[in-house]
Amino acid sequence: MKKSVILGAATIAGLAAGAAAAGTMDDVKARGKLNCGVTTGLVGFAAPDANGEWQGFDVAVCRAVAAAVLGDANAVEFVPTTGKTRFTALASGEVDMLARNTTWTFSRDVDLKFEFVGINYYDGQGFMVPKSLGVSSAKELDGATVCIQTGTTTELNLADFFRSNNISYEPVPIETNAEAQQQYLAGACDVYTTDASGLAATRATFENPNDHVLLPEIISKEPLGPLVRHGDNEWGDVVRWTLNALISAEELGITSANIDEMAQGTENPEINRLLGSEGTLGEMLGLDAQWALRAIKAGGNYGEVFAKNIGEDTPIGLARGLNAQWTDGGLLYSPPFR
Amino acid sequence: MSDIGFVRTEMLPEQAPPASEVGIIGWMRHNLFDGWFNSALTLLSVYFVYKVLAALVPWILSPTWDAGSLAECREILAGLGREGHYAGACWGVINERWIQLIFGFYPAELYWRPIAAFILLGVALAPVLFSDKVPAKLLVFSALYPFIFPWLLWGGTIWGPISALLGFVIGWLVYSAVDKAMSNLVGIIAGTLAAVIWWLVLSGYFVGAMDTIAAIGIEPVESRKFGGFMLSITIGVVAIACSLPLGIVLALGRQSDLMIVKYLCVGFIEFIRGVPLITLLFVASTLLNIFLPPGTDFDIILRVLIMVTLFASAYMAEVIRGGLAALPRGQYEGADSLGLNYWQSQRLIIMPQALKISIPGIVSTFIGVFKDTTLVSIIGLLDPLGLSNAIRADANWNGIVWELYGFIALLFFAFCFGMSRYSMYLERKLHTGHR
Repeated sequence: MKKSVILGAATIAGLAAGAAAAGTMDDVKARGKLNCGVTTGLVGFAAPDANGEWQGFDVAVCRAVAAAVLGDANAVEFVPTTGKTRFTALASGEVDMLARNTTWTFSRDVDLKFEFVGINYYDGQGFMVPKSLGVSSAKELDGATVCIQTGTTTELNLADFFRSNNISYEPVPIETNAEAQQQYLAGACDVYTTDASGLAATRATFENPNDHVLLPEIISKEPLGPLVRHGDNEWGDVVRWTLNALISAEELGITSANIDEMAQGTENPEINRLLGSEGTLGEMLGLDAQWALRAIKAGGNYGEVFAKNIGEDTPIGLARGLNAQWTDGGLLYSPPFR
Repeated sequence: MSDIGFVRTEMLPEQAPPASEVGIIGWMRHNLFDGWFNSALTLLSVYFVYKVLAALVPWILSPTWDAGSLAECREILAGLGREGHYAGACWGVINERWIQLIFGFYPAELYWRPIAAFILLGVALAPVLFSDKVPAKLLVFSALYPFIFPWLLWGGTIWGPISALLGFVIGWLVYSAVDKAMSNLVGIIAGTLAAVIWWLVLSGYFVGAMDTIAAIGIEPVESRKFGGFMLSITIGVVAIACSLPLGIVLALGRQSDLMIVKYLCVGFIEFIRGVPLITLLFVASTLLNIFLPPGTDFDIILRVLIMVTLFASAYMAEVIRGGLAALPRGQYEGADSLGLNYWQSQRLIIMPQALKISIPGIVSTFIGVFKDTTLVSIIGLLDPLGLSNAIRADANWNGIVWELYGFIALLFFAFCFGMSRYSMYLERKLHTGHR
């Protein structure tokens, strides 16, 4: 049966590709599982634990969406994707959404026909050097050897930065983060550059983290966020507002500890609308009234997810920085639930 | 003339050889210290071996088996007064993750199924590999095994494999009926057609119907749950098992006098050999996805299996063609002069000799295919190498490299070395050297 379907399908594939993409939410509900594309492994963002359960900051977004739509934070099929396969996996419908440390750029949004539903982590490219190098600014790195992952935007950003500052460098091309750690520790390069979150995670694994410093310059904008296919706005809305619900929950002081109490109704009408004791927001999304309640319960609000996976109490130890609420001087700013 | 002569009448008793020529000393004199140049080389080699072991053994002998994270490993080692980047291995990661490295994400309560599948694989292979030591009746089980193997791994209703098996039975029945009534060629075509029609059209209804009558089955496991060595071995075993017969057919096709068959085979072999495996894997994982309509669930592992099998069979075909080419022309002519038809002469005269000659090449191809399975990590399947990356992404184990790769290398070595030793055993048994 399968083969005849395939053969016949090959001819009409082009026509069907656009049309059949509609109705992701119905597909997910019918399947009873959310197919969520994640990385094959990135510290703090997505990794399987010893029992094969996926954990991490990006994973938490998948679980929140599954909880909102299906009522079960574990009804997620995590599909590991590499940098090369991620976009085809999403475009072909193999996954319903991608929460995979993907930088929101113009061409990905417009040319590749995806829709970034928001930003769950503001990252940027930074530099790490050994303290013994005695460097306090990236602009002093003239003539340095730099470990850099090939074929990434970081490579291009680096070239831009050095050229615009009119200094020279010698690249040491490497393939993976693990290789970079080894090379850097072995002294094959003076500087290691990648996303600041990755640098922090890498530094945390060193035997003597204090012998290495992150330079203050952040030379690029890397807004990372979940994305869905173009043209299925209902589904895009669900993912977007699930993410916004997590962010708003932190702003409004809803935590996994007090959420059941707050769901009974509070003085604050926005909390009531968000948690479904007032208004019909869930209905507008095509979900029930408790969708946001379940999404927040899945792993806590944005701040709790952050603290659990990559925050200062974890080995990775990232400060909130740009990822603080706008009320605390960060960039997180969820549109109102109204 | 004096007639003093000396004729020894009894043999001298044998004397023990000088102590410097026998035993450990003699061996060392002959093999290690034979002249100043060899002595110098020996001493130099011993020094190098000592240096390597002196660095490696303390690193390996590191009491970190129960550590829960890299930091804990370092604490343990620091407690022993061992500091520095290479103070000692952190075996805690292997302790925590070895099951995952072997079974991937396969449900823990179902581990018995892959274990049973691979033990039965040994049983099924025994009559093929060790034909002189195992009763030939087991071959029946070997023939059934290709249907048992996927059922054990993927689970689901038992009627699926049964219906696949029925396809062969139907094909054979049709073939033998038509063969008697009409000609051999028509029989082959009709038999193949009947089997294909059964698989593509009728078997779906059959499985559905039988499932409603008697739903016998085991819990299905999705392909996404496959990982680690289980995935490597599954891909390797299937590709190896399918590529040998496919390769034989392709090699014969390439030598065939039928023009269309010949050029189809040549085209296929040259195309597949001209393309890197990784390209084929990308086609399997991404390009097919674009061509197939969204929502078509064409299993990723099945796609990879097909691609790896095609890849391996093209190489296999050339290895076997080498064996065929090495046979003297007289063998072909001798077969013809005995009045054997094409298939008889291939089966009885040509193939046994050609395959015998090709054994080292065939086994090298097998070993190559098995190791090539690690390439699937690039398309996001979590084989042992892919998993090692995922394990490093755990904050506890970030920064661990050598321990994971060492463990994976050890397991791969065990499998490949086993295959290589078997091929040497087979060569000895069959005397392929024309000695």
